[in-house]
Amino acid sequence: MALRELKVCLLGDTGVGKSSIVWRFVEDSFDPNINPTIGASFMTKTVPHQNELHKFLIWDTAGQERFRALAPMYYRGSTAAIIVYDITKEETFLTLKNWVKELRQHGPPNIVVAIAGNKCDLNDVREVLEKDAKDYADSINAVFVETSAKNAININELFIEISKRIPSANAGATSGKGFKLRRQSSEVERRCC
Amino acid sequence: MNEEYDVIVLGTGLTECILSGIMSVNGKKVLHMDRNSYYGGESASITPLEDLYKRFNIPGSPPECMGRGRDWNVDLIPKFLMANGQLVKMLLFTEVTRYLDFKVIEGSFVYKGGKIYKVPSTEAEALTSSLMGMFEKRRFKKFLSYVANFDENDSKTLECVDPKKTTMRDVYKKFDLGQDVIDFTGHALALYRTDEYLDQPCLETINRIKLYSESLARYGKSPYLYPLYGLGELPQGFARLSAIYGGTYMLNKPIEELVMENGKIVGVKSEGEVARCKQLICDPSYVSDRVTKVGQVIRVICILSHPIKNTNDANSCQIIIPQNQVNRKSDIYVCMISYAHNVAAQGKYIAIVSTTVETNDPEREIKPVLELLEPIEQKFVSISDMYAPTDVGTDSQIFISRTYDPTTHFETTCNDIKDIYKRMMGSEFDFEEMKRKKSDIFGEDQ
Ligand SMILES: Cc1cc2nc3c(=O)[nH]c(=O)nc-3n(C[C@@H](O)[C@H](O)[C@H](O)COP(=O)(O)OP(=O)(O)OC[C@H]3O[C@@H](n4cnc5c(N)ncnc54)[C@H](O)[C@@H]3O)c2cc1C
Ligand SMILES: Nc1nc2c(ncn2[C@@H]2O[C@H](COP(=O)(O)OP(=O)(O)OP(=O)(O)O)[C@@H](O)[C@H]2O)c(=O)[nH]1
Ligand SMILES: [Mg+2]
Repeated sequence: MALRELKVCLLGDTGVGKSSIVWRFVEDSFDPNINPTIGASFMTKTVPHQNELHKFLIWDTAGQERFRALAPMYYRGSTAAIIVYDITKEETFLTLKNWVKELRQHGPPNIVVAIAGNKCDLNDVREVLEKDAKDYADSINAVFVETSAKNAININELFIEISKRIPSANAGATSGKGFKLRRQSSEVERRCC
Repeated sequence: MNEEYDVIVLGTGLTECILSGIMSVNGKKVLHMDRNSYYGGESASITPLEDLYKRFNIPGSPPECMGRGRDWNVDLIPKFLMANGQLVKMLLFTEVTRYLDFKVIEGSFVYKGGKIYKVPSTEAEALTSSLMGMFEKRRFKKFLSYVANFDENDSKTLECVDPKKTTMRDVYKKFDLGQDVIDFTGHALALYRTDEYLDQPCLETINRIKLYSESLARYGKSPYLYPLYGLGELPQGFARLSAIYGGTYMLNKPIEELVMENGKIVGVKSEGEVARCKQLICDPSYVSDRVTKVGQVIRVICILSHPIKNTNDANSCQIIIPQNQVNRKSDIYVCMISYAHNVAAQGKYIAIVSTTVETNDPEREIKPVLELLEPIEQKFVSISDMYAPTDVGTDSQIFISRTYDPTTHFETTCNDIKDIYKRMMGSEFDFEEMKRKKSDIFGEDQ
């Protein structure tokens, strides 16, 4: 099966559960005492989609968004962006629209946008109606799901929906991609049988 | 920001971002600010193209034929990475390589008698080059294999040359090399900007030629690498490293005052608030009273719709114009990249000419080089002062980077970083210090 590497970046206010969603997806676990993001920078997971393997290279923000200092490098070459809000905090849904705007301005032109309304396990303190969010997502042609990183609801589905939206390999083929720098083979491969 | 930090960094140029990354990785609490709304300072890549026009006060907006403005990322300072150089080592040790994709520059060329020739750097290439005559080729081939085998600790390989005494001039004489071959060997392989090396012991030059060949051997074509989306990706990559290790980032912050007590930095004031610190790192633009002018560089960014003539339609290349070919003291460089590197719209090329200013009519100094590039769709000319710190920070604890020089690679920038590190920490820089202190990749390929 053909392997495709897909860069995905996460956006959204602090505390909405971005890192928790990735952690659930990649490690299938949840840590209620997770730190505000420092440390985790890069996570990967491969899932089959039709006759391909999709290897998600997931970039978590590194806190640079807190004072609006996110570097454009963060969106560069992203196939998809997941914008997360917290269904129990209306203001996180309102700022979501700014993230969409920022992506349209600085992100790649054909980026797949997915909106995740996280913490849906906290239904009794909900501030954002599912329908309002769904209508908004439809209006910008974005994937939409309500998720719970805590109870593992719709996390895999979120990524499956993203996979479905990604154009098949040949369609988006760009001419001559670059390569990653590696240690010289003599430096890494000098290992005894 | 009303907090206490170990280190405050002002300016997000490459030097500042690499130092910020090193400090954060080593557990220092870092606040990193820039007065601009973008990363990179003087070493930024400007996007969209409209912003470049504004920056150079070119009236009107870019014409239709320039394509979409956001497809452009135009470097202000032209440079390439040496495949075996110190910046590549820093990228590997910090694993910032993960955030970047590279391409190899397709060729290195040298100017002779008004024409451009491919720099032969392997024996095979030397034998097919039209730069030299038949006999000269044989002698150059012999010289190259001598250099390749040269080992200062193995007298058999030296053939009576004393690495620490024999001058390079005498080594050239030994192989009976002519002036043209000496020119491109010294300037396009050993990459000296002047001819002073000729009368110095040959070891340094031979090592430089070896390094060039080894860099070349890594990827073929040329010893130079270039990151997709422009050089501005480099500072951003190191800034991300710093942020992952807890560094706080703020752009668009006007810096109002450096707060001193008894001649020592204690804080930085921005928008009425003071952030306190023990040490400060900044570029010369934040401390005009602590730097001195050490020269001027002229850089001309040229947008072309064609590859440069006689470069086999390369979509990227370097051209070196040795000083004595144009009656100067220092070499002129051209760095060209294109749409193939996601820095220009489809079918467009960006060639940047740069050199040290030697007269009071710098544009005229580079005229013969601009002629090689014609027709030029749009030119952006800058003449900038180079600064070096007069305060080395011993008392003030203010550590100031040097302005980027006209060399076409990052070796001197890396030397500056190592030097600042040493002054701040009191110990010699060690690449090991840059290694990430914890695993921060999760998933399949840990
Ligand atoms: C393999 C190789 C490739 C090079 N490629 C280029 C190039 O593409 N464009 C270009 O302009 N110059 C290149 N250079 C030369 C560059 O490093 C010169 O030092 C610089 O151009 C200044 O030259 P100089 O003779 O004025 O200074 P020098 O007095 O020779 O050197 C200035 C300082 O830089 C240090 N230095 C010199 N070379 C290196 C190096 N390679 N790595 C680390 N420190 C060094 C010296 O020790 C000294 O401290 C290259 C050198 C080598 C060895
Ligand atoms: N109840 C509930 N809590 C959650 C859920 N997801 C995350 N949390 C909690 O929300 C808090 C913030 O989660 P993070 O994953 O750190 O959020 P983040 O968006 O990465 O935050 P920053 O890194 O600061 O930008 C943590 O206390 C989590 O335990 C969820 O689905 N349900
Ligand atoms: Mg987080």
